[in-house]
Amino acid sequence: MKRGKLMFELKFDEEKCLACPTFDCLVKCLYMDIDRDIAKTEMKKIISGEDSFVLHQCTTCYSCEEYCERGNHPFYLITDLQEKKGILPMPKPLKTQFINIPVPTRRDIPQFWAAEEPVISLCIFPEYINVINESKLFEELSIIIGRYFFCQLMYLHSGNPSLIRERLPGIIENIAKHNFKEVIFFHDECYSTFTSYTDAYGIKVPFKPIHFFTYLYNKLKERKEEIKPLNKKVAYQRNCSARLTPDREHLIDDIFELIGVERVERKFDRKNALCCGGVIRGQQKYDLFRDVQKKNVEDMVDVGAEYCVFNCPACFDSLSENVSKKDIKPIMMHDLCLLALGEKTARK
Amino acid sequence: MIEMNTIYKSLVEIVDEEYVSNRKEDLYIYSQDPGMMEPHEPEYVVMPRTTEEVEKIAKLANDKKIPIVPVGGSLSLSGLVIPHHGGIVVDLKRMDQVLEVNEKSRYVIIEAGVTTGKLKAYLEKNHPDLRFSIPDAPPSATVVGNIVIHGQGRLTQQYGFNSDMVTGLEVVLPTGEVCKIGSGSVSPYWFSLAPLPDLAGLFLGWFGTTGIITKLGLKLYPKKKIRDIEVFVVEDPNLVPDVINRVTHTEMAEDIFIGAQPYPPVFKDIIMIGMLLTGDSEDEIEFKRKMIWDALRIHIDSKEGGFMMMTPSIKQDLLEMPTSSTTRFADVMKGGGFEYCGPIIPVEKFPEAFQKLLEITTKYGITYGNACRIIGRSHCMMFSFGYPFNRADPENVERTKSALHDTNVASLDIGGVPWKPEVPAQKMIMEKMDKNTLELMNRIKKVLDPNGIMNPGNWEVE
Repeated sequence: MKRGKLMFELKFDEEKCLACPTFDCLVKCLYMDIDRDIAKTEMKKIISGEDSFVLHQCTTCYSCEEYCERGNHPFYLITDLQEKKGILPMPKPLKTQFINIPVPTRRDIPQFWAAEEPVISLCIFPEYINVINESKLFEELSIIIGRYFFCQLMYLHSGNPSLIRERLPGIIENIAKHNFKEVIFFHDECYSTFTSYTDAYGIKVPFKPIHFFTYLYNKLKERKEEIKPLNKKVAYQRNCSARLTPDREHLIDDIFELIGVERVERKFDRKNALCCGGVIRGQQKYDLFRDVQKKNVEDMVDVGAEYCVFNCPACFDSLSENVSKKDIKPIMMHDLCLLALGEKTARK
Repeated sequence: MIEMNTIYKSLVEIVDEEYVSNRKEDLYIYSQDPGMMEPHEPEYVVMPRTTEEVEKIAKLANDKKIPIVPVGGSLSLSGLVIPHHGGIVVDLKRMDQVLEVNEKSRYVIIEAGVTTGKLKAYLEKNHPDLRFSIPDAPPSATVVGNIVIHGQGRLTQQYGFNSDMVTGLEVVLPTGEVCKIGSGSVSPYWFSLAPLPDLAGLFLGWFGTTGIITKLGLKLYPKKKIRDIEVFVVEDPNLVPDVINRVTHTEMAEDIFIGAQPYPPVFKDIIMIGMLLTGDSEDEIEFKRKMIWDALRIHIDSKEGGFMMMTPSIKQDLLEMPTSSTTRFADVMKGGGFEYCGPIIPVEKFPEAFQKLLEITTKYGITYGNACRIIGRSHCMMFSFGYPFNRADPENVERTKSALHDTNVASLDIGGVPWKPEVPAQKMIMEKMDKNTLELMNRIKKVLDPNGIMNPGNWEVE
């Protein structure tokens, strides 16, 4: 028996859910056309563990977690039931790849003895080591990186979320061994894991997770005098895991204000943000993938965006080529900030 | 010694002293290749510049009954140019001129030492709309060397073995005569082997045992502006033949390869089927992509297969031509050893071959890389059993040798034919071969090479 299944139970208030006046979790879904009545019927089914078309059509965009304003966890409930019923959002071989990706290899380091706070976890994105090491903005940061610290949240996409609960205590232990009081998480996905997900399942986290944007904003404020406003119009590509911690959303606006860029008002932003398309493609919904990317990019073009800003490397990989073709520059958030400070950027 | 000095002097007279050697350090280099065959030194190495020089060398060798081994890039990995009986190694690398490109009839004439890297660069610079079927060998592999072993390349799925793309040859026979093969024998244009009797078959696949190819006419093909790739993944090897069948039916992919390897973990337990898409516009690529996605919908809907999510770096690796990831994998065990057996097998035999690969590597406790290429519209495939090994570890070498032997046996057992087989595998093939066919091979060899001087040890009928 897997320990994750034994130890952790989702905090989900069924009564609160069924008493919901809006059922926004499903009604607001951008990928399924569901009215309030259907939403209520389907949520009832899901709560009672019955099959529902929602389980089959869900794009696993995480949005319903944000749309629910009653503190429930509809998305986690959906993904748990998908697994229980053996409903695979992705084909089996892709699920296998997902399972194997975080298995540590000889290159992974289990403990960073020299790391001192403030410390940042770069998850499994070594391409950002140089920018953290070399730029003045991040000069005080130590880095932990690799599969021993990988948050595992991606199994929400592949229909096997119990693996998160199975592996996460070990990952938390790996980080906790360093005795850090606080850990900055570069990727929203990690931050959301150690806040939203662990909280929803009652998993203890013995350090304080700090969102990268919190750190970024504070450092920029310290160096406010050095900032040369960029005076650009930018579109922000919100990633799925940002849906789990919407309380951090304001930091994007705060940072943009500091560096003098305008977050253009567009149809598909904030709560209405569209998926980058990567996971939808992985689900083999090719037509939807093409449609979502097209709508998203056209929306950026329509409002005259000059940059498309990302914080998720996977979103960057998925969408950057398409935005580039429309003469919109794809850029990671930290690079945009470095531009405003006149520092060298890592990824253009 | 006197005889040796005479031969050395004769070679110097033919090509000048600078291009002849009997020095130990030079002979050492030509005694081996990166594979598993035992090294053996030649007595001389000579580097001719012209067909006339090759002609003279052949006449000298035939007259003195000295073995002669023509060498290109020495990259077959199966010891095909190791001079098993010593003699003269004729290194053709100085014959490296691209002689003619016919843009309208889409062919090129090159000398035997032109490397795949050089021809690629030459075409990119001078004829950017044309390309040839680039093999996934290091760029130092020669085009002729690849043709002689029935190599495959990036256009093989569309047009067959690279040797099927030959339009003409110039060959120096073991007795010294120079022959032209194909339309070039009656016309200044080297456009085709047909409609003449196909004499190219006397030299292709013979590993230099019937003559020395000095010039080659080769088909060129349109080079599309945009390249992209899709990779379909499955876990069950039994599904692979059907996937290939469906994709080749669309005729939308330029190149189709299959790969499986246990490392890194992201590739463990899956089989990847890569499909290269090319087009002159985004619309063309998109049309082709959609056709392929639709063709595989049945496997997607069953959840047994799907298109892989790729990072740009993985995509870049796969689009690289030739790919360098094979070279990186070849050194995964360190120690500089890499061997593979790549039998040509019927496509439906993939599951059986894959099972054999797993059994053999488990039996000998070695790692593997599997890379296959579809040949023709699924007419057959090259199935590579690739084994990196540590040359500095004798025990590892022995295990890999045994694995290679078992692989050759398994390849024949499942109905395949080992590709570019090393001498022991050639013997296995000939043992299994129809006896009259074997006798025909023997007769051809004797007619062309009465003194048995050409690359002896290879295709030797006992």
